[in-house]
Amino acid sequence: MSSIMVSRIRQKQIAQMVASGKRLDGRGLKDYRPIKVETGIIEKAEGSSRALLGKTEVVVGVKVEIGDPFLDRPDEGVFTVNSEFVPLASPEFEAGPPSEESIELARVVDRGIRESKAIDLEKLCLIPGKKVYVIFIDIYVLNHDGNLIDASSLASLAALLNTKIPVYVVEENEVKKTNDYIPLPIKNLPISITLANISDKLIVDPWLEEEEAMSARLTITFDKDNRISAIQKGGTGALTPQQIMEAAYMAKEKAEELRKMLVKT
Amino acid sequence: MSGKIRLINGNGLRVDGRRPNELRSIKMEVGVLSNADGSAYIEQGKNKILAAVYGPREVHPRHLALPDRALLRCRYHMAPFSVEERKSPAPSRREIELSKVIKEALEPAIFLEKFPRTSIDIFIEVLQADGGTRCAGTTVAALALADAGIPMRDLVVACAAGKVDGVLVLDLNDIEDKEGEADVPVAYMPNLGLISLLQMDGSLTIEEFNQSLNLAMEGCKQIYKFQKEALRSRYVTIKEEVEECLR
Repeated sequence: MSSIMVSRIRQKQIAQMVASGKRLDGRGLKDYRPIKVETGIIEKAEGSSRALLGKTEVVVGVKVEIGDPFLDRPDEGVFTVNSEFVPLASPEFEAGPPSEESIELARVVDRGIRESKAIDLEKLCLIPGKKVYVIFIDIYVLNHDGNLIDASSLASLAALLNTKIPVYVVEENEVKKTNDYIPLPIKNLPISITLANISDKLIVDPWLEEEEAMSARLTITFDKDNRISAIQKGGTGALTPQQIMEAAYMAKEKAEELRKMLVKT
Repeated sequence: MSGKIRLINGNGLRVDGRRPNELRSIKMEVGVLSNADGSAYIEQGKNKILAAVYGPREVHPRHLALPDRALLRCRYHMAPFSVEERKSPAPSRREIELSKVIKEALEPAIFLEKFPRTSIDIFIEVLQADGGTRCAGTTVAALALADAGIPMRDLVVACAAGKVDGVLVLDLNDIEDKEGEADVPVAYMPNLGLISLLQMDGSLTIEEFNQSLNLAMEGCKQIYKFQKEALRSRYVTIKEEVEECLR
């Protein structure tokens, strides 16, 4: 960790630049860093992807198993999102139990997928109340350079779109795996957009040093119909209602851009 | 999130008989625990929540101490008996996330820079849960902070708004939260006009979200009055006790 004196000066510099409409890395306030998404990078996983957001790098693997449904949703499949801040990704990450940040990350990604009903869970039931598909989405952060939420959401969606699930046949109340695979049924494309508040200005896609300088961040997830599926405010500062609405409109515009880009690749 | 249960009846009333923009009944009390530096209790509908504040005090473990301000820590925890099916007392992922967002909701209100190298610890125990516990927990924690005498820029007050059966409603209860279409918890500092906690899950258009946000802020302003009243009556009680001693 850099010493507090240096980072204070840097924070001040970032804040002053943003106040005059500029950013340290030359981007405009509403610009994303270069985005790259690859899929099918892990053969052993049923679905996988790698997303690069500038220098932020995230790998997502999807594993599929058969398990029990939730008691209150007997005829729906199950999915879980987990994230690992592996120590090779940042000098700040340590091995051990998951940090608050990593739990928040997984839960925000989960909420976007769940609330937009991205995975068609009703199609993932084999024997109602007994056997359903269980989809594990594991987020692996490989290099932390800020805005892990957007990188992870994008990588998770790309991995889900890449996922093939094995076909099972039901015989006498038992399930049997066949050699066939079908694509995971996906019915929505949630895109999360994170904005940061620096010097009372909103910037899109904060990188690591901007995250140090921001007072608060806001992540807004839009579904394919431009409806909001999830929101999460983070950081130790606060926002005005006007800033929040400004962020919502900015995020909507950006989400459309990112969705178009993702569909193309 | 399906519409199996009717949440709004023919008269436009909700499952517990409230109108869409009506809060549940609220009761607050400040200074309820003698060991804590500050404490408060809230009942909002069937929610029963206690909050205690310890600090500013020495930081344990010491290496976490910050040279320029106090370390704020928050633990939101639900009692095993607080919900229908027993909850394991081990902190769940949900509780860890809520601890974080509640801490971040309270942090902008506190003058942490007045107490470098100390910690301020907030403990929120949900004794009974009926929807909206993160909001009621934030509201009651702000009171406990004030009761501990910690200098603050404003109180923090939280309330949720959301959408059930196509209607925007204030202060969702458990069924409305689980079966409704959207939930928007908001924490607000009314004097500063700033929002310090904002989450949403469900499905809303931007316009509906804007209306929900405004509705939640209106709810916050109402609860703010109860909050201030609860603080005031605490000092009236202390004043009476002192006068009794002097007599």
